[in-house]
Formats: sequence, structure tokens, C-alpha cells
Amino acid sequence: MSALVFDVSHLLAGSLVLMSFVLLYQDRLPSLINTFALQSLLLSLAIGWQAQAQGAPHLLVTAALAIVLKAILIPMVLRRLVRSLGIHRTIETVVGIGPAMLAGMALVALAMALMLRVTAAANIFAREDLAFALSVVLLGLLVMVTRRNAVSQVIGFMSLENGLVLAATGAKGMPMVVETSVAFSILIALIVIGIFLFRIRERFDTVDVAALDEFRGDRQ
Amino acid sequence: MIQALALQGIQGLLVIALAPLVTGVVRKTKARLLLRRGASIFQPYRDLLRLFRKESVLAHNASWLFQAAPYLVLAFTWVAAALIPVLAFNLPLGPGADFIAIVGLLGSARFVLALAGLDVGTSFGGIGSSREVMIASVGEPAMLMLIFSLALVAGSTQLSVIAAFTQSPAVGLRISLGLALLGFIMVAIAENGRIPIDNPATHLELTMVHEAMVLEYSGRHLALIELSTFLKLLAYLSLIASVFLPWGIPPTWAGGMQLASALGLFLAKVLGGAVLLAFFEVSIAKMRVFRVPQFIGAALMLALLAGLLRLVSQSF
Repeated sequence: MSALVFDVSHLLAGSLVLMSFVLLYQDRLPSLINTFALQSLLLSLAIGWQAQAQGAPHLLVTAALAIVLKAILIPMVLRRLVRSLGIHRTIETVVGIGPAMLAGMALVALAMALMLRVTAAANIFAREDLAFALSVVLLGLLVMVTRRNAVSQVIGFMSLENGLVLAATGAKGMPMVVETSVAFSILIALIVIGIFLFRIRERFDTVDVAALDEFRGDRQ
Repeated sequence: MIQALALQGIQGLLVIALAPLVTGVVRKTKARLLLRRGASIFQPYRDLLRLFRKESVLAHNASWLFQAAPYLVLAFTWVAAALIPVLAFNLPLGPGADFIAIVGLLGSARFVLALAGLDVGTSFGGIGSSREVMIASVGEPAMLMLIFSLALVAGSTQLSVIAAFTQSPAVGLRISLGLALLGFIMVAIAENGRIPIDNPATHLELTMVHEAMVLEYSGRHLALIELSTFLKLLAYLSLIASVFLPWGIPPTWAGGMQLASALGLFLAKVLGGAVLLAFFEVSIAKMRVFRVPQFIGAALMLALLAGLLRLVSQSF
């Protein structure tokens, strides 16, 4: 029975990593947002399963928060944002999809090599969750680095936070307050970023962050 | 022993007899999904008969290779398809039914066909061969990577051992196997020239790959090549059926009832796969030739990821 419990949590956490790769592969904003919503849904399933496996009912609250905020609310807001900015057709990547994928593989390998060595004494749920969570975090950073469009950078940031939540739920005994405050600070971040995006567009007529470089003093 | 040999023979005949039917089912399903009536599912057999009766026209400058290629291609593909265990695992040729050997056989078939496409020196043959080889040069590494990931999980590259592993209760719910299956389907679509990569139903010069390569063939030569295309599709479908869904395949000769149920299940799996393929093909648009490496690159990535995740689940 415990083998099945472990297999399912492995499956869910692994599909989170897979969704991060899909985020790297997507090159259109609407599908990027949909993929993010799917990743958040998988995250909440993973948390729900952890609640079952660890016998920790307060994790169900975290799972519900993940569904409501990240799988429904944030994608909805982002979709509206993209439509009102009129950029639902375009995306600019800094490096091609192929090199980005290879870099992603290298990051996952790094995360596994690091986490499996560091956490040798921890219990298996925490161990593999941490390895997967670090991969999701690093892949989220990679999405932010490889995109020039501010909205897709926001999505990279949000998926990074998915990785953090996965790590937090894998570690037994993480206080509820921490998780809730993280969830809400993400929401605040979304609002701030949303306002910021409109400001950027008003000022520069684009949300391509490369346009900001011209206004930096230290570039020749 | 005699029964095992007979079973091996039956398996070889079964795949070649069944191959046109599978393609017929794919075409019929696609036609029905597009609200056309479509040709009967037995139409590929009639096409083959008609082509075999027709005269084969050769270009003046065609070399011996051009004439030998259809026979070689059919031989390679048929051996590969016949090696895949569909009726029982431990057949006399079982030890030869290695994943890498099958990829090698299919790769040799492609090599010969690409050479034949270049042989007459028409521009279409050349463009077809060059595209086919471009797809192969990314598809084959992806395929080998998938095989390595599977071998990491199952402990062998031999089909019967992998299938015995997926049949055993030890397999559980493994994400590595799921990722490998997904990558395998992507590679199979690319290798068979199905829709996002190549459209087998058109002769539009800008996009065709396989059809451009075999444009110079006619009569019985074309029939042989068509037959090997059908066989290749069936080979990939039965690879998926026997590696990822090996339920109902007995380990060895186990009486008529077992054989009948294995045969029935095999038919169900392969025809089900054909219907799913048709659904997939009508629901997606063909992609640009230069996007193909990205598509297959994703399969390669899935294979790598499957290998990495396997390491995590093993190391506690």
C-alpha cells in the first residue's frame, strides 16, 4: 500500500516538473497561461495527496488555496491582462527552444544530484519532493531568463512559486501561517506586477523588457 | 519447439497480412471524422493488388540500386515487424528481438530508401531524401535515448524482458514509463511521417517527405514500398502494444485458447491505436518542416527526463 502512496506522489510531483518543461516549450502567451493553470492544478492535487499521506488535514487548506488562487484566479487575471495589452499573439524568446530545453535538463540533473546527496537522512516523501521542487524552482527561473516578454516572465515567477509550495508541503510540520502568507503575498505580487506592466507599456509602448535596457545609464 | 517455431512463422505472416488493414482503418476513421464516407477498410489490399498487376516503369538512368531498394526495404521492415513479440514472448527468434536491433533494421530500410530517392537524380527525390534524413538524424537519437531510459527501468533492451517487467506487478505507477510512452508516441509519429510531421495523403510538393522520395516508383516496386510503409506503421503500433501494454501475451506456447485470446487482444490494441492515431491526425495541423527538430527534441527531452526521474525513484 505504501508503495502505491509513494508512486502516486512521485507521479504528481514528476508531472509538475514536466509541466515546467511544457512552459519552456510553449511560445504563445495564451497556451503559456493555460499550462501554468494546469501546473497549479497538478500542484494542488499533489498537496492534497500529501495531506492524505502525511495525515495532515491542514494541507487540504493549502490545496484549496492553490486551486482557487493559482489555477483559477491568477490565470483569469493574466488572460484579461494579455487581452487588454493586445499581446496574445506574440512572444519573444531570447534563446531558442532547443538550447532552453537542454539548459532545463541540466538544471534538473543539478537539482537531483544536489538534493539527493544533501537530504540523505530525510524521509522519502520529503526527499523526492525537495528534489522535484528545486527543479521546478530552477526551471521557473529559466523561463524568466529566456523570455523577453514581461508577462511570460511573470508566469515564470509564478511557476517558481509553485515549486516553493511543493517544497513546503513536502517538509513535515511547516506551519500553516507561512503557507498562507506566501500564497497571499503572491497575490499581492500579481496586483503590483499587473499595475507595473501597464506603466511599462504606457511609458515604452511595449512590454518587451529589452526596451528598458536603452534607458540604463551604464550601457554604451 | 515445433509449436514455438510455428508460432514465430504465424506471427510473421500475421503482421504482413494485417498491415494494410491497419492503414485502411486509419484512413476510414479519418474520412468518417471529416464527414466523408471514405474508402472501405480493405481498400489498401485492392490498391496493392492493382499495383502488383501493373507494369513497372524505370527511368533510363536508374541503377541496380533503384530496382533492389524496394525488396531490401520490405525485407528490413518485415523482419523488424515480425521480431516484435505479439503472440508469445519466448519464441525462437526472441533473443534477437532487441530494441536496438529493431531500430537498426528500420534505420537500414530508411537508408536504402533515401539512397534510392537520390538515384534517378530528380529534384523531388532529392528533396524528399534530404528531409527524410534530416528527420531521421534527430529522430533516431531520441529513439535510442528512449530505449536507454526504458532499459534503465526494466534492466534490459530485449523486448521480451521489458514486456515481462511491465507485465509483472512490480511495475506500479511509474512516471518514467509514462514519459517514455509519450516520447515514444512522438517519435513514432515522426518516423511514420504522420500528420504534424508529414502528410501521407497529399502530393503537395512543398510539404511532402516520404511521397517525394518514392515519386519515381511505379507498379510492383511501388506496391512493395507501400506495403513496407504499412508494415512500419504496424511495427510501431505493435511495439507500443507489446512494450507498454503487454497484457494478455502469454510467455510461451500455452494452448489454442491462450493463442486466440492473445490474437484478439493484439487486434484490439492495434486497431484501437489506429483509431486514436486518426483522431490525433484530424485534430492537429501539419507543422513547418523546420519546426520538426523542435517536436522531436521534445521527445528527446522526455526520454532524458524519464531517465532522470528513474534515478530519483530508485535512490532511496
